[in-house]
Amino acid sequence: MANSVIRLENLAFRYPNADNVCLDIQELHADAGDRIFIYGPSGSGKSTLLGLLGGVLTPERGTISLLGHELTSISPSARDRLRADHIGFVFQQFNLIPYLSVTDNVLLSCRFSARRHSRALASGNTLHDEAARLLDHLDIAPELRHRPVTQLSVGQQQRVAVARALIGRPEIVIADEPTSALDAERQSAFLDLLSRECIDADSTLLFVSHDRRLASGFNREIALPSLNRAETTQEFA
Amino acid sequence: MKYLLSLAARSAWNRKLTLGLTVMSIALSVALLIGVERVRQDAQDSFAQSVSGTDLVVGARTSPVQLMLYAVFHIGDATNNIHWQTYQDIAVNPLVAWTIPVSMGDSHHGFPVVGTTMDYFEHFHYGESVPLTFSSGKPFASLFDAVIGAEVADHLGYHIGDKITLSHGMGDIGLTEHADKPFTVTGVLARTGTPVDRTVHVSLEAIEAIHLDWQGGAKIPGFSIPAQYASKFNLIPKEVTAILVGLKNRAGVFKMQRVVNEYHAEPLLAVLPGVALDQLWQVVSVAERALLAVSGMVVVVGLCGLIAVILASLNERRRELAILRSVGARPLDIFLLLSAEGLFITVIGMLFGMALLSALTATFAPIIQSHYGLMITPRFVSYDELGLLGMVMGVSLLASLAPGYGAYRLSLADGLTPRI
Repeated sequence: MANSVIRLENLAFRYPNADNVCLDIQELHADAGDRIFIYGPSGSGKSTLLGLLGGVLTPERGTISLLGHELTSISPSARDRLRADHIGFVFQQFNLIPYLSVTDNVLLSCRFSARRHSRALASGNTLHDEAARLLDHLDIAPELRHRPVTQLSVGQQQRVAVARALIGRPEIVIADEPTSALDAERQSAFLDLLSRECIDADSTLLFVSHDRRLASGFNREIALPSLNRAETTQEFA
Repeated sequence: MKYLLSLAARSAWNRKLTLGLTVMSIALSVALLIGVERVRQDAQDSFAQSVSGTDLVVGARTSPVQLMLYAVFHIGDATNNIHWQTYQDIAVNPLVAWTIPVSMGDSHHGFPVVGTTMDYFEHFHYGESVPLTFSSGKPFASLFDAVIGAEVADHLGYHIGDKITLSHGMGDIGLTEHADKPFTVTGVLARTGTPVDRTVHVSLEAIEAIHLDWQGGAKIPGFSIPAQYASKFNLIPKEVTAILVGLKNRAGVFKMQRVVNEYHAEPLLAVLPGVALDQLWQVVSVAERALLAVSGMVVVVGLCGLIAVILASLNERRRELAILRSVGARPLDIFLLLSAEGLFITVIGMLFGMALLSALTATFAPIIQSHYGLMITPRFVSYDELGLLGMVMGVSLLASLAPGYGAYRLSLADGLTPRI
């Protein structure tokens, strides 16, 4: 329990104005350092789960606790703060803000969280040093750092998104289909990189994908369709 | 908060083409609004200073506004004239320092002709007590001399030495000419921006002379007195139309006003020009307020365009908003981000608008002054204009809440995964 980073219990969620419960999970937990693959095909309630973990959705019943904080008993803005401080997100595609440079996109996480700001400063001399260090690790060439992100390839953009998720070493990294826009060869390279960086940063990794072939590098695999007891026929992805 | 503002600015810069057009429309509408306000202000100022230094305007009993209209603006006709004896009684009153008698009723190509004395050129002041000056020539010396205002000279292309004939009555067509007694232009007055510019000045005696062979407003048939003999007649006027009065001491103005209003021989009216000009402006100001209201509406249209552009962009920005949410932005932050954008663009538009207006004023003020006699003073933002700009800001702030709220709702509904 002390090591539990994420714990869901007896959880049910229903969208406003929807007739049926769309997510119903008995129990889900992740411990510190876990790297969990969540198999979630379209319509299995994947986006809903991410929204609940990120604190932008609130369950109808049950509890969600992140690092010992009970999400259902704190205010929406406290949930926003918790998300900013402790979770890094990597999405499927278009992860970056088009009008910011590569470095500014990475530093975005530190702008909304004082904790990640100070943790980033603790590991580098300046925020820019820390962003540069992460970008180096993720094979983004130094000359790209001040380019507009729209000039980057999709693979480069996804790696910049990983740098943004990892800066300030959040306890949890949630990746939602981050490889779906990459070709097979690059997928595995990207996965290796992501895993390595999460280990470096001591972050628990939740990797959600509809592609089971990617599950090999993880130390746990959870299939959302068998976890979710709700009848999910609707498409929420 | 500071970061949000810089984010809003950078986001706006990223869409600079679309928003640039919006900035343009706001700049133009603000320039129009403030421009109208300035013209209005300057018109009122120059109107209020059409006559200065004159303590009382005296005429036959009528309404104060009408007296001002014909005595100062030479618009319309006097209901009645004042006897010469009355004029002399007022002129010798111990409170009175000077008097300018004016006699009207004739015109020249639509410009009013005013019969007066040399006192006119000495005592008539306008603006901040500015005396009349001659751009060329000198006051009238002999009987058939005329001094013309700047606009009369420009419009009709007259110079010193030109011969002009006066028409009987006001207007431009269908009037009988005093063709037998032509006048010579001896002086052209410098531009004042007042009705003086549109006036032809002759001596009181000249008015008398051209009407020697007239009776009851028409020429006596078969009877004519040639110009060269006119000076042989008694040319002391029997009547004048109005008198501008300057007092030795302004404190005596109400006492003098009472003396005139209670004059026993004929019913007279004395008005304080400042008060009457204010009343007159009230009549005119309906139009200028309508103009201001229209330009206010143009600003509102510009702001509506801005809001429409920002709202239209919201859908393409859902991903961006979701990213901001994922790194910890609160829905309130999203609200502020989008509201700040509208406000930010309005501020830039206003700055551009004021710059545009300054440039236009600097370029066109001399042209406007020479064509319309309206003095547009280039200046920094006045107190009244700040009020107007503040109102524009207020309206834009209110209007910007709409896209802010739209984005707020959208980001609450979308959460971290926008459905696009």
